[in-house]
Amino acid sequence: MNDVVHPAGSTGTIHAAGVSIKDLRKAYGSNEVLKGISLDVAPGEVVCLIGPSGSGKSTLLRCVNLLEQPNQGSIHVGGFEATDPDVDIDKMRRKVGMVFQQFNLFPHLDAKKNCSIAQTKVLKRSQAEADKVSMHNLERVGLGHLADRFPDQLSGGQQQRVAIARALSMNPELMLFDEPTSALDPETVGDVLSVMRNLAKEGMTMLVVTHEMGFAREVADRVVFMDGGVVVEEGAAEQVISAPTQPRTKEFLRRVLDPTHIEIEE
Amino acid sequence: MAMTARQRARVSLYVQAGIFVVAIAALILATDWETIGNSVFNFAKIGPMFPGIFVTGLVNTLIYTFLGFIVGLSGGLLLALMKLSSFPLYRWIATGYIEFFRGIPALLVFIAFGYGVPLAFGVSWNVTVIVMISLGMVASAYIAETLRAGLQAVPKGQMEAARSLGMPQWRAMVTIVIPQAFKIVLPPLTNEIILLTKDSSLIYVLGLTASQYELTKFGRDGISSLGAGLTPLLVAGAFYLVITIPLSLLARKFESRSARTKR
Repeated sequence: MNDVVHPAGSTGTIHAAGVSIKDLRKAYGSNEVLKGISLDVAPGEVVCLIGPSGSGKSTLLRCVNLLEQPNQGSIHVGGFEATDPDVDIDKMRRKVGMVFQQFNLFPHLDAKKNCSIAQTKVLKRSQAEADKVSMHNLERVGLGHLADRFPDQLSGGQQQRVAIARALSMNPELMLFDEPTSALDPETVGDVLSVMRNLAKEGMTMLVVTHEMGFAREVADRVVFMDGGVVVEEGAAEQVISAPTQPRTKEFLRRVLDPTHIEIEE
Repeated sequence: MAMTARQRARVSLYVQAGIFVVAIAALILATDWETIGNSVFNFAKIGPMFPGIFVTGLVNTLIYTFLGFIVGLSGGLLLALMKLSSFPLYRWIATGYIEFFRGIPALLVFIAFGYGVPLAFGVSWNVTVIVMISLGMVASAYIAETLRAGLQAVPKGQMEAARSLGMPQWRAMVTIVIPQAFKIVLPPLTNEIILLTKDSSLIYVLGLTASQYELTKFGRDGISSLGAGLTPLLVAGAFYLVITIPLSLLARKFESRSARTKR
């Protein structure tokens, strides 16, 4: 596993923002994906969203930075009301880092340029300053030595860590992770999770859709179990994963977890 | 005697090659070589075409093609973006334009801009402007469809990643999506230049001064002045190949390069 360099100096200081979601609804035609979700995330808190596929957890995450437009309800993110029709979406998104399942690195740019392009074009930083911040964040995810590689010259795990560095280079106050390890070879999952673990320790607000129960239990402050477009159960990570109270949560965890490692109380 | 499938395939190939050879031989025998020698392969009399066909004809063909391509590329990009717009009016305009200009002969466009438009608006354009507009407008329609396909081939996640970094729609298009789309359409775009090179020959319908002659006009002029029959056109054709074959090879190189990368 690569060493993750802890940030020093101003570029690494995290200003964590909170999220407040109230009665959020989203439908595609007659297919209701989110049926009134309310969720608060405190600044610096790490919340993992778990649940079966199709439960709406990715849609919820994508609503927070408006990659999906909710039909109803409100979302407040670090001083912005995302659901206000007059909100400056681009300004809001600068504060919200997003990491995708498929990485979505820009294939025509090397790792450093992937990190610096939005800094220069959006934040209007000088190229020199942007490069400095990019290198700092690439080192932070243990990839400073691969800064001039193009995405197709990197492994999946390395690409995902570049994607995290790219998001961090905008100095976000909140990070969204949409199944960040689901597309990875098993042996590279650990490096990505370790980067995320360090980020959580540094006090970043994180909203993570994941199937990694071990990670959720260890790193998350809270776990939210969703099914069928509603929050079925939420609480402290240890409680939800080790001692779920709702039958649907129990059923889901029984399927996901290896029963020889964790006992679920009936 | 029964043959194996492989033997049958081989015999069939020999038969096909045999038919081909016989057809060529028949064609050679049927040809009136004396007449052809005077009217098509009469290279003794074409001396006066040089160096004009090279320094004026070839150069002008390249200039006209280049200008047409620049207009076509800009217009094509604009039309492609309009066609992908969420605003219906833009889509209709783009679709109408593309269908119209792809559906009519390029020759008519040259006549329209060479004679019709100047008459209608009482303007007089010089030949370079007419070629630039006519060729550019036809090229726009073809290039628009190529670019639209390229833009759509860029994964949706690229736009999402760019937007989630705070880039406005236009910025994400310019910085992230369009550069990738161009890389994808490099081979078909090179083929568009080949088509454009040949379409530039349609300029012959306009009245040209000697210094504006391009390859085809040079060839046609040679027919009437040199007494070498159609030979000057043959020479002009050879010069087109000098331009188009390298472009063709370039397109193939782009193709194999993009086939090699995984994305």
